[in-house]
Amino acid sequence: MLAQRRLRLRIEKTGAPFWFRSLLPVLILILTFVITAIFVLWGKANPLQAYYYFLIAPLSSRVSALEVLVKSTPLLLTGVAVTFAFVAGYWNIGAEGQLYAGAIAAAWLGTVLGGLPSVLAIPLMLLGGFVAGALWALPPAWLRVRWSVDEVVTTLLLNSVMLFIVSALLNGPWRDPVSGWPQSPEIAASTMLPKIVPRSRLHLGFVVAVLAVVVLWFVLSRTAFGLKLRAVGLGRNAARFMGVPVERTVLTAALISGGVAGLAGTVEVAGIHFHLIEAISPGYGYTGIIIATLGALNAWGVAVSALFFGLIDTGAQTLSRAMGVPVYLGEVTQATMLLVALALIPLQRYRIRLLSESSEV
Amino acid sequence: MYLVEMLGITKRFGALVANDRIDFNLKPGEIHALLGENGAGKTTLMRILYGLYRADEGQIRVQGRNVHIRSPRDALTLGIGMVTQHFALVPPLTVAENIVLGYTDDFRLNREAIRQAVAEAEERFQIYVDPDAVVQHLSVGQKQRVEILKALYRNARVLILDEPTAVLVPQEVDNLFQTLERLREQGFSIVFISHKLDEVMRISDRVTVLRDGRVVGTVPTAETNERELARMMVGRETFGVTRQEIHQGEEPLLRLENVWANDDQGLPALKSVSLTVRAGEILGIAGVGGNGQKELSEVLSGMRAPTRGRVLVGERDLTGAEPVEFADAGVGRIPEDRHEGVVADLTVAENLALEHLDAFTRNGLLDRKAMLEHAEHLIREFQIKARPTDKAGKLSGGNMQKVILARVLSRQPKVVIAAQPTRGLDIGATEYVRQQLLAQRDRGAAVLLISEDLDEILALSDRIAVIYEGEIVGELPASEATPERLGLLMAGATKEQGRAGTATATTSH
Repeated sequence: MLAQRRLRLRIEKTGAPFWFRSLLPVLILILTFVITAIFVLWGKANPLQAYYYFLIAPLSSRVSALEVLVKSTPLLLTGVAVTFAFVAGYWNIGAEGQLYAGAIAAAWLGTVLGGLPSVLAIPLMLLGGFVAGALWALPPAWLRVRWSVDEVVTTLLLNSVMLFIVSALLNGPWRDPVSGWPQSPEIAASTMLPKIVPRSRLHLGFVVAVLAVVVLWFVLSRTAFGLKLRAVGLGRNAARFMGVPVERTVLTAALISGGVAGLAGTVEVAGIHFHLIEAISPGYGYTGIIIATLGALNAWGVAVSALFFGLIDTGAQTLSRAMGVPVYLGEVTQATMLLVALALIPLQRYRIRLLSESSEV
Repeated sequence: MYLVEMLGITKRFGALVANDRIDFNLKPGEIHALLGENGAGKTTLMRILYGLYRADEGQIRVQGRNVHIRSPRDALTLGIGMVTQHFALVPPLTVAENIVLGYTDDFRLNREAIRQAVAEAEERFQIYVDPDAVVQHLSVGQKQRVEILKALYRNARVLILDEPTAVLVPQEVDNLFQTLERLREQGFSIVFISHKLDEVMRISDRVTVLRDGRVVGTVPTAETNERELARMMVGRETFGVTRQEIHQGEEPLLRLENVWANDDQGLPALKSVSLTVRAGEILGIAGVGGNGQKELSEVLSGMRAPTRGRVLVGERDLTGAEPVEFADAGVGRIPEDRHEGVVADLTVAENLALEHLDAFTRNGLLDRKAMLEHAEHLIREFQIKARPTDKAGKLSGGNMQKVILARVLSRQPKVVIAAQPTRGLDIGATEYVRQQLLAQRDRGAAVLLISEDLDEILALSDRIAVIYEGEIVGELPASEATPERLGLLMAGATKEQGRAGTATATTSH
């Protein structure tokens, strides 16, 4: 009897080993930067130097490190907003529009609540922004649960509608009477969000955003409502069979999602711009989708992704100033990262096994 | 000389050894039964022969030559054809088109030539199906004939049939067996996969019995008997639920009054169904799959609203009510599709709690400790092989079904709706589920058992109703039920009086 040994590799469909799963984000990062290096070279810059400005430089000074947190604030909120919806299987692509709804509410409340002290005015304004975002999210959510209208289409299209509403407001009734610019009148001082770190732009909105992350984590993992959300998102029919009110749960998730997106607009107006302007958001609502996806619809994952995207946004500006590379490189990097992550994440489900087998001949 | 030889075939799926050094051979012109429980490795072995799986170890010889079968195309080239449990037919195409699909040389389809070729093949093999009929309009038995024709048309000399009788009514089984015997006379070899002893005894020349992935033995059918085969198959003399006395039902707990419901296409799937299930009895709904059983169980689970009629649980009208209302009214529901009864990506503990979440919630917060304890308790009581934190989707079919049973039965439901409760389970799990249903009956629950497994209906029911094309075509006490009588009803050949809710446990005939 002759025993012959041979080695074989086999790919199995089970969870990847733990070390690989922990390594995956690093792998995603490296691959992303290898790909974006092509664009950096195209912009006639040294990639390694570029990455220094991108990732290290913003953290090397107190001012720019705080600026990272400023940039992260709306991203944390839109990331949380999108996650609330996606967990329930409601594909809300409308966070951008809902953000502007919150911004409109803040700009309006900021002018009418001026008589109140800050301790009252600011909570009222946050509430107003939440409600405005939720209201803007209501029509597509209602159409979805009542008539099964695809929310991907409706929420996306409503974003454009909202941009035109903002434009109409700013070029019409809300045009700044003093300067004539398309921007709303400045909000009252008592409604401006206080700075939480002196001599910086970091405002109370960051605390709101961090709270939103904590609330997301708490709701999903600790409450009955969160379990229902997950059940509906993971298995609609089975959830319905087990008595979960699917329509009501989806509707609630959609409204919370809209509300949190509205908060993002509110804190940008009340913490940074103090006016409604058309350029409140360079696409925070859409970036929120990327952040929620990269964060694997997990509160802490969303937090890390949002902070990282804040870093890239800040770094792109530093880079642009220092090396004359277009600032859009930041967005290119974010988009590349999503594509790389989507391509690599499925690897989590496989493991490669080295088989040493003996076969008799 | 053997036509096909499989030597030392081993096939692993992860840690599971589905086939463990199996030897199998097939003579020309024989019907060779492959017998074993669910999960014994029968289908895996034949899927290897047909090129759907690759063996990890072992050799296949066809007519004495070593061969490598990498795909069904390779198998067909070697003259091996297979009819799987799930038919591979294109529903909107005609019978003739399905038969020649993928086996035509010309770029242009010559419909008349195809029709002619198929008609000739039907004549040659004496298997008749209208070549112009559209497949989606055919009965299951007819579709099976198309599948067999398809394999023969591709010059298969070896025909593998995977549990061909599972979907057939008794009359269709006779028809199939006549076909198989004719094919044997013409020199074809047939592998007949089954777990039904009587069929194996009736049709086969030799039997190979598999258990847990190993060959227990190969015997000529003439030299064995059902008892011996059963012993080889399950490794013990007796199995199955032993039938006790028939119970008389008490007060009616579940009533359906002239219920109509549509299927997903909007066509009537239930037609004026009236049934009464009483406390302390099991009413079995017998019938061939696709005759309205799915819709019936969905109507009684709150997943499908009836278009007409009434559904009453006790005195409560639950017509068109939501699933949660059925659960709250004390209706325990075991769904036809297990995956509809659990959320695969939630944990066992979460799945066990979800239906009655209020019991595990305080001020909106989950009592996770109570959920885990509840799960641990049920896992012990129902002998579920899982941890509370395992994802439900990772469990085997039997354990997943036990999770559903545990969730449903631990609530002491007044009414139990069990739809195909043992489908796809092995003998151990099947027996367990059946014992649990009997225990519910003895406890005083009204049990509605919807099953396509006639043995199961006969073993458990106190009364039996037969559903055919959405109608209850007969209702009789279990004592009067014979497979023959039920078979005729199930095939729609006869209708018996006693429908429309007048029937009770004492319906005379």
